[in-house]
Amino acid sequence: MLDTNSLISSLGGELTPAAPLRPPLRRALLWLMLVGVVAALAVTHFARLEIFMRRMEAPRVALENLSALLTGVVSITAAFYLSLPDRSALWRYAPLPPLLLWVACSGLGCLQNGSGMGPAGARLGESPHCFEFILIISIPLGILLFAVLRRARPLAPLPVALCGALGVGALAAFVLQFFHPFEVTVVDLALHALAVAVTVGLAALVRVRALASV
Amino acid sequence: MPPTAQAQQQEATWAQLMRAAQGGDKRGYEQLLREIAPFVRSLARRYCRNSTLAEDVVQDVLLCVHRIRHTWDPSRPFCPWLAAITARRGIDRIRRDSRINRHEISDEDAYETFSAPTANYESGAVRAAEEIGPLLSALPDRQRAALEAIKLRGLSLAQAAAESGQSVAALKVNVHRAVKSLRRLLRTD
Repeated sequence: MLDTNSLISSLGGELTPAAPLRPPLRRALLWLMLVGVVAALAVTHFARLEIFMRRMEAPRVALENLSALLTGVVSITAAFYLSLPDRSALWRYAPLPPLLLWVACSGLGCLQNGSGMGPAGARLGESPHCFEFILIISIPLGILLFAVLRRARPLAPLPVALCGALGVGALAAFVLQFFHPFEVTVVDLALHALAVAVTVGLAALVRVRALASV
Repeated sequence: MPPTAQAQQQEATWAQLMRAAQGGDKRGYEQLLREIAPFVRSLARRYCRNSTLAEDVVQDVLLCVHRIRHTWDPSRPFCPWLAAITARRGIDRIRRDSRINRHEISDEDAYETFSAPTANYESGAVRAAEEIGPLLSALPDRQRAALEAIKLRGLSLAQAAAESGQSVAALKVNVHRAVKSLRRLLRTD
């Protein structure tokens, strides 16, 4: 191995200009705005907005959807902060409050709506489609997010990957609500949670290659 | 100059050099790396008491600084950024060494793999070969020739018979007698 002085000379010799990254909050907001515009276009063209707006009149449903959106936004912002070495490690806990609120609201909805196996048991047939929807939205969003986070070459890729994956999973679950014209049941919630967990699990597995840590 | 003012001066100098380095100033960059090396070394020693391992961490950190120099925000302090990289690399080094030590042991003898017998003198096989030599010499000629041809050189009975002039049956008997003689000699040693 080179001695340190030789290494320093070598590094000095191969230096090229390197423009600093934009602040993490700005990068997160840019990414979220880009995704938001695309999602808004899709929802406007394909979703049944009147059903969504009717459902949002119920306070619990409104709070559930907003907490899903907030979980997504905070998780993705946390991923951008965690990708930098000198930012607080406490960002990894930032998604917890909205996530707990989201789970609580969803759970309350399940208590009210049951398992979906009763007279409205036909709804059970839609739950697998919800699982597919969340994964189909999460995976390309995740790839897009990781492509941007890679630029920071995070030294600790796992928390970055976990927050990023939770963020895209939550955003996918939020977008699903525009196409989900019925109340969430236990089975729905379980499959939504499973889809988000699969996204997070995949991100954990590929974190090193995907985020190209140093 | 009091320490706090010294530290502030150091921070200001390094931040200025790093800004210049991000702009492509090679001389400023090299000066920065030389100045931060002792600081990084002192932090690295908190994670690795061994000075060789600590120096590995220092070089790791300098390489890391080089690769992610674009992640330092010029509007933020430089030293916390550098300290965070050093802490991360130090922790990674501890974890890597711990993983290696769980699966490997150090064996000084295993490093000695030279073919020369003197380098492997402690090896049991060499000692056995040295002990058996005189015993072979003590065997009768026909028994020794049969044993060497069949057992040591690996010739077939037909090849050994053609070479030595002994019949196959005689070769078999002489090999058998040679082995019995060696066992007797080894027991009396």
